[in-house]
Amino acid sequence: MNKFWTVFSYTFSSKIKSKSFIITTALFIGFIFLLSNIDSLVDAFGSEEEGDKIAVVTEQEGYYQLLQESTTDELTLESYEGTLEDAQSDVLNEEFQGVLEIRESAEGLPEATYYGTDNLNQATEGMLTAQLQQIKVAEVMNQAGIDEGTLAALYEPVAFDQEMMSAEGDSGTAAKSEEERMGATMLVYVILFLLYFAVIAYGNMIAMDIANEKTSRVMEILISSSSPISQMFAKILGIGLAGLTQMLLLFGAGYFMLVQQDENGMLSDLGLNEVSAGTFIYAIIFFILGYFLYATLAAMLGSLVSRTEDVQQLMMPVTLLIVAAFVIAMMGLGMPESGLVVVSSFIPFFAPMTMFLRVGLLDIPFWEIAVSIGILVASILVLAWLGAKIYRGGVLMYGSSTSLKDFKKALQLSKK
Amino acid sequence: MTLKLENVTKQFGSFTAVDHLSLEIPDHTIFGFLGANGAGKTTTFRMILNLIDQTSGTITWNDQKIDYSRTDEIGYLPEERGLYPKLKVKDQLIYLGKLRGMQKQQAEAELITWLDRLKVPHYLDKKVEELSKGNQQKIQFISAVIHKPKLLILDEPFSGLDPVNVELLKEAVVDLKESGTSIVFSSHRMEHVEELCQHLCMMQHGRPILDGNLREIKRSFGKKNLAIEADFDLGFVEKIPGVVKVKYLQDSILCQIENEAVSQTVLQEITGKGFIRKFQLDEPSLNDIFIEKAGESYE
Repeated sequence: MNKFWTVFSYTFSSKIKSKSFIITTALFIGFIFLLSNIDSLVDAFGSEEEGDKIAVVTEQEGYYQLLQESTTDELTLESYEGTLEDAQSDVLNEEFQGVLEIRESAEGLPEATYYGTDNLNQATEGMLTAQLQQIKVAEVMNQAGIDEGTLAALYEPVAFDQEMMSAEGDSGTAAKSEEERMGATMLVYVILFLLYFAVIAYGNMIAMDIANEKTSRVMEILISSSSPISQMFAKILGIGLAGLTQMLLLFGAGYFMLVQQDENGMLSDLGLNEVSAGTFIYAIIFFILGYFLYATLAAMLGSLVSRTEDVQQLMMPVTLLIVAAFVIAMMGLGMPESGLVVVSSFIPFFAPMTMFLRVGLLDIPFWEIAVSIGILVASILVLAWLGAKIYRGGVLMYGSSTSLKDFKKALQLSKK
Repeated sequence: MTLKLENVTKQFGSFTAVDHLSLEIPDHTIFGFLGANGAGKTTTFRMILNLIDQTSGTITWNDQKIDYSRTDEIGYLPEERGLYPKLKVKDQLIYLGKLRGMQKQQAEAELITWLDRLKVPHYLDKKVEELSKGNQQKIQFISAVIHKPKLLILDEPFSGLDPVNVELLKEAVVDLKESGTSIVFSSHRMEHVEELCQHLCMMQHGRPILDGNLREIKRSFGKKNLAIEADFDLGFVEKIPGVVKVKYLQDSILCQIENEAVSQTVLQEITGKGFIRKFQLDEPSLNDIFIEKAGESYE
């Protein structure tokens, strides 16, 4: 046990102190900082230019009034006194960004043409079109003799409420409220991304670390000093803790930024406060199980290669697995009750994501969760057992091949 | 604290790396393991260290199986040298020492003594990758002995070192033996084995072709070496019965003779033929024995 902690603390501290770790963490924090300040950054750059000024040439004063009322700060509309040609030459003199000519068609409906030196940006175009469309609809309605009251009633959204019921005796808990469901969706998102990130980043780190020890041939001394199984798990845990430290740092930074920026209570809008403690606990359980499952697989693969260059190649299937799990889970966010999600929540490599998704979004009987966790734990144990065997044989195996035959060879080496 | 191998066999698939090897390695001695490349030396070491399991047979040390509960008493210098390239010598040795059950302070004190002893104290804070191969090897040697093992296994400890450093390490090995460590080491350099070992085992194709006490091995070999230097042509010596082989050197010959008595026949034959500068009877060298034994089992 002593040696387990020696390897564990060595792995942890060497990872934490490594340059790549420090640089990556710093980069991510910088990125978070940038992202959370994106508004003020855009403003800082944007304020140098004046907002777009567009001249409006029209004979129908009413259209200009209606448009003017509904434009935002970024866009200034100015009623132009003069002919279209005058306005166009002013555009060429860069007094305006463009000219918007609004005419009245034969049916008495608005038509518009935009003249400019540059293309109109999409947001502005969309806005102008929408406004004109509204004016047009109102005009048509008017012509058809429909009064304002009818119009308002027509546009009013229909009342649509959801109310959840639960059958009596069905697992006892009340169905999740809308807010809770929203919060849970948020949490599921977070866990999916975290697990995806953790598996890709730290799984690779584990495989790399082991492959490095093999390449430098220090492995033979290591495994003659302490048992391979304890070393493997010390490594998985050591890198896990280093990863956790990194994530906490990033989360801390992200949370700090959010709180700083949070003027309109966005944090409470996310609805995380509504999520039950149970869901949080499941989030942690599935995250940990998912990490262990993939980490064990990565350690096993890392012990098979003899050169660090081959790590990527062997890690490929693992990456594909986690990507597949991620895609299924992402799809499942919209339809958590679909058969694919249900089935995959009992398949070890997908379960950490999809089962948690179901737990978060639906009310599923406890036994299903228990079975899924049971399957996960069992497959971790099987992988650990197999991994330890392969690890023991694999670390003594040197050669360039990276095929599946190596599994057999490694197993043979560790056998009698 | 005897290390005992009984009928140990290791098969990799259909290939037999070690074939029914039985050995008894006595306590407080230096035991030499000889053999050409691929003779099964490293595989045997790995089995002793429990890195791989033997296909059949038993290995015991002090009547007990060697497992991970006893690794603190064992030191190992693998043939494939390897350390963490990016780690400083000091951190490296402390980590490896701790893996052998040492306390940090203890390891620190020991490593300084050893670095001094091997005349490389200034490498304490250097990264391993900055050191030369030979110096890396010294660091690796320290990692094998820093925890004062009772059983020390050295796989080709002297390969790649210059003569001065070979002497340095040899002295260290002898001192370790004096202080009670049992040492098993492999080499294909006969003179190292001859100089250091009391007992030895010669391996070929996984089978021991010779093992036991060095002096007895030499005595039971029977054949002796005879060096003659004279001013006249010594070609006829080859035809004297009892002379096995003759090797012609610059102005002398080196004969292998069946036994001591033959030397006297040779002496009589050459007396009176001219001036004899040298006539010397020697024990056979381990090299001679190895070549002969290895050759025999080829046939």
